[in-house]
Amino acid sequence: MIDASLTFSMGCFALALMINLWRVIVARGVPERVLALDTMVINVIALTMLYGIYAGTAVYFEATLMFAMTGFISTVAYAKFMLRGSLIE
Amino acid sequence: MSLALIAALPFLGALLPGLMIRAGRNACAIAAGSATLLALTGLLLHAPAVFRGEVLHTRIAWLPQLGLDANFVLDGLGLLFAGLILGIGLLIILYARFYLAKSDPMGQFYTYLMLFQGAMTGIVLSDNILLLLIFWELTSLSSFLLIGYWKHLPEGRQGARMALTVTGMGGLAMIAGMLILGQIAGSYDLSVILTKGPEIQASEWYLTALVLILLGCFTKSAQFPFHFWLPHAMAAPTPVSAYLHSATMVKAGLFLMARLWPVLAGTEEWFALVASAGLITMVLGAVIGLYKNDLKALLAFSTVSHLGLITMLLGFGTEAAAVVAVFHIINHATFKAALFMAAGIVDHEAHTRDIRRLGGLRRLMPVTFAIVAVAALSMAGIPPLNGFLSKEMMLEEAFETVWFGLPWLLPALATLGATFSVAYSFRLVAHVFLGPVRDDYPHRPHDPGFGMWAAPAFLAGLVVLIGLLPMTLTGDLVRVVAGAVTGGTAYVNIYHWHGFVPALFMSLAAVGGGLVLLGLHGPLARAWDNAPRPEAKVIFDAIVEPAARLARGFTDALHDGAFTRYAAIFTVAVVAAGAWAFAGGGHVPGARETTPVTPVPAVGWLLLVTCAALLATMHRDRLVSLVLIGVVGLTVALTFAYFSAPDLALTQILVEVATVVLMLLALNFLPKRTPVESSGVRRLRDGAIAAAAGLGAAALAYALMLRDFAFPTISDYHLANAKDLGGGTNVVNVILVDFRGYDTYGEILVLAIGALVIFALTEALLRGPAARRLLARVPDQAKAGDRHPMMLVVATRLALPFVLMVGIYLFLRGHNEPGGGFIAGLLVAIGVLIQYMASGLAWAEARQRADWHAVIAVGALIAAAGGIGSFLADRPFLTSSFGYVTIPPFEKFELATAMVFDLGVFLVVVGVVLLILSSLSRIGIRAGETVNVAPMDIDPSAPRGKER
Repeated sequence: MIDASLTFSMGCFALALMINLWRVIVARGVPERVLALDTMVINVIALTMLYGIYAGTAVYFEATLMFAMTGFISTVAYAKFMLRGSLIE
Repeated sequence: MSLALIAALPFLGALLPGLMIRAGRNACAIAAGSATLLALTGLLLHAPAVFRGEVLHTRIAWLPQLGLDANFVLDGLGLLFAGLILGIGLLIILYARFYLAKSDPMGQFYTYLMLFQGAMTGIVLSDNILLLLIFWELTSLSSFLLIGYWKHLPEGRQGARMALTVTGMGGLAMIAGMLILGQIAGSYDLSVILTKGPEIQASEWYLTALVLILLGCFTKSAQFPFHFWLPHAMAAPTPVSAYLHSATMVKAGLFLMARLWPVLAGTEEWFALVASAGLITMVLGAVIGLYKNDLKALLAFSTVSHLGLITMLLGFGTEAAAVVAVFHIINHATFKAALFMAAGIVDHEAHTRDIRRLGGLRRLMPVTFAIVAVAALSMAGIPPLNGFLSKEMMLEEAFETVWFGLPWLLPALATLGATFSVAYSFRLVAHVFLGPVRDDYPHRPHDPGFGMWAAPAFLAGLVVLIGLLPMTLTGDLVRVVAGAVTGGTAYVNIYHWHGFVPALFMSLAAVGGGLVLLGLHGPLARAWDNAPRPEAKVIFDAIVEPAARLARGFTDALHDGAFTRYAAIFTVAVVAAGAWAFAGGGHVPGARETTPVTPVPAVGWLLLVTCAALLATMHRDRLVSLVLIGVVGLTVALTFAYFSAPDLALTQILVEVATVVLMLLALNFLPKRTPVESSGVRRLRDGAIAAAAGLGAAALAYALMLRDFAFPTISDYHLANAKDLGGGTNVVNVILVDFRGYDTYGEILVLAIGALVIFALTEALLRGPAARRLLARVPDQAKAGDRHPMMLVVATRLALPFVLMVGIYLFLRGHNEPGGGFIAGLLVAIGVLIQYMASGLAWAEARQRADWHAVIAVGALIAAAGGIGSFLADRPFLTSSFGYVTIPPFEKFELATAMVFDLGVFLVVVGVVLLILSSLSRIGIRAGETVNVAPMDIDPSAPRGKER
């Protein structure tokens, strides 16, 4: 049962990544692309977590925590760059 | 004292002057002098043993596989030369302290001088010819720095370049010659080679090796036809000339001829090459020297002539001649160094070295006159000074030697050389010091202070003493040295009165002839000036300039500054080599089964391919390409995770974040779009090249994956031994800090250097023309929103302790679970970096306790200490040991010395990221951004309505 649900959910997140990619391609500007990238980080976190459950190890859980802790920083940096130009004022 | 230490001391001493110059010029000279004195003391402590006939060795294995070992030897010859180098070096250090002007950077001078001294000491103490070659090249390089010390003088730069070219080319030839010699002898150890004389002389390669080695010696010792560089090197400051051209550099060639004398000398080829070159050089140098009006040029040609004399004596190949050569080396070093220093004094005091503008200095500079008179009379060979003794002995040897079947030719030419030698020596005294006092000196001269004339006076004293008591003072020395040269026991008997032998008459003829030449100097000099003759510098330039043009043209054709061209040339070369290898080798299809494609990896693949294609089309928009690269990085991290490499996945994500932040910082000051620069055809061509390279790499990867490994992989060893040998279960980390720790150490140093270079480049940017452009910069986009948004400030402030805690956690467990110094360093750096982003540079720097430079340096030192620590346990660099400890209430945990090393890695990574960050941010401040010291735009504690 868990295998089936894992396969299903991993497929969903993979599909989500594809849709993010589509957004990156057809985006109307940089902000949309950055948002798409940020969403991709979330989806990658989910995928890694699921893969950890699939592999039966806690190592990936910690790795995803690190992803979550730092993944948003590049989005913040992009946002600051687009708004102000200078990251560190 | 160990011989290796004696050779190393000057190099260690070279570090001091640059630091000590801040404490003043005296401290600087004393620092350099102390290192030299220490080395000299160490050397002299060995002297009694050497005089007893012992040969001392110090052996340190370096690269035994190549036959390159740091082996040192000390026998009579080494003792003499090392004594000259260090002893005269000490005098030069004293002299230079008073000679150099206030505007000359003294720290630099002493550093170069000590480097040179170390290289020379290394040459004369080496017992391994490969080691000797290394020191030989070092003397070429350090003498280049010394000769070109006055960088503002074009003659200085040209002279330095010429010296480097000539001696460098000779050095190249000598490398080949030494390798042949080593191959014949079957060892690169000098002690072994010296025992293989008959084998070497019987070898069919003997002549080749001899010619190549002699090329090295002749270029270094300024023998005809390579004598021309030495006079041009006189553009150097006088202490340099005195040191290089009397006692050290030019004697290196003589030293080597003497060192290899037992194996190379005694054959007809040796005699024909060495004695002839020496004889021609002796006569030619003396003749040209007489007509030089520059004091130092006169001395330079006189040096050339005397070097020729010694070379000739070595070339005779007889033991008696070798004894004379050794004795003259001592004598020449004493009187020539004194003369150079005295010439420097005259130049320093009268502000000219032109003999035509001098004269009558006897009354104005009595001390200098006395020094020059003694030394010059010795150079002329007037009894009872030391120059007389060795000249008489030389004439005696010359008289007994038959050259080209003509018994009278060599004695006649030797006498001719001696005649001109007498003439220029007398001219030096007569035209500079005698005659009436003039009133048109550029500067009214007087004797300098004691510090300046002490060194030459000391040497002049030696000239007299050796002249009076030759056997007491130098008899033993000459005997030991000559014994070392000839490889046997030498018979030495030096005395003044030989009776009415031919040498006496030759000597008398030389003195008489010299006086006549001096009397006729005026008309002779005019005739000489009008006579056409080849000008060495013109010929040299005519050869070097076209060669340099050719090299420049070739380089420019390959590297025109456009990155596209380098990349194209490189890629085409690699693809062509791959295609050639593929076409040439047999090809069998791979046998491994392909694995089925599952959906999630397929999505990853699609992401990568799509982003790569998008990048190719959208790369001109730099911000978009950064985003696309972000997607690629993310997918790569996912791939690492998928292939069970959580360490790599973590590193990838963290590097991604740091890269984006640093790139955005830089992008702020760069155009946001890449302009179109190349034509359509060109782009098509580049596209084709890129496609070929990409497809080639893909094909190669595919082909490799279809095959099993050709050799057993090292991974199995790592996996099997990580726990037992490295004490960690995280194999990646054990590889990084233990198995391949040395690589990691190199890598963190590269990182550190990279960060320092970025810092230096921004420092340069903040000044000069770039700074003016920065000041005039108009931001290319409007600024919107908050500068330091409250939400960001609060969030990052709260995040910091958590980030630090996770960082420490990752660091501590790194040896056994995913983590380690590198990942922890990146994480902590990112945690600090967001503080900079949230509240600005000024706010963050005000709270920064440690300088990032210092953090990097401390990290590198800790890593090095962690590695060197294993030396204490007599194990190779970076061997870690580990143990398990229990501190209640914690569970049992492991401590490994690798953790010390990992701490170094951690600190370096933190320092590097943050140093780059603060360097790049400072550009923004320079561009006119205002700074604020408050953490955020609004002050929540302020009364409502009053915003900052």
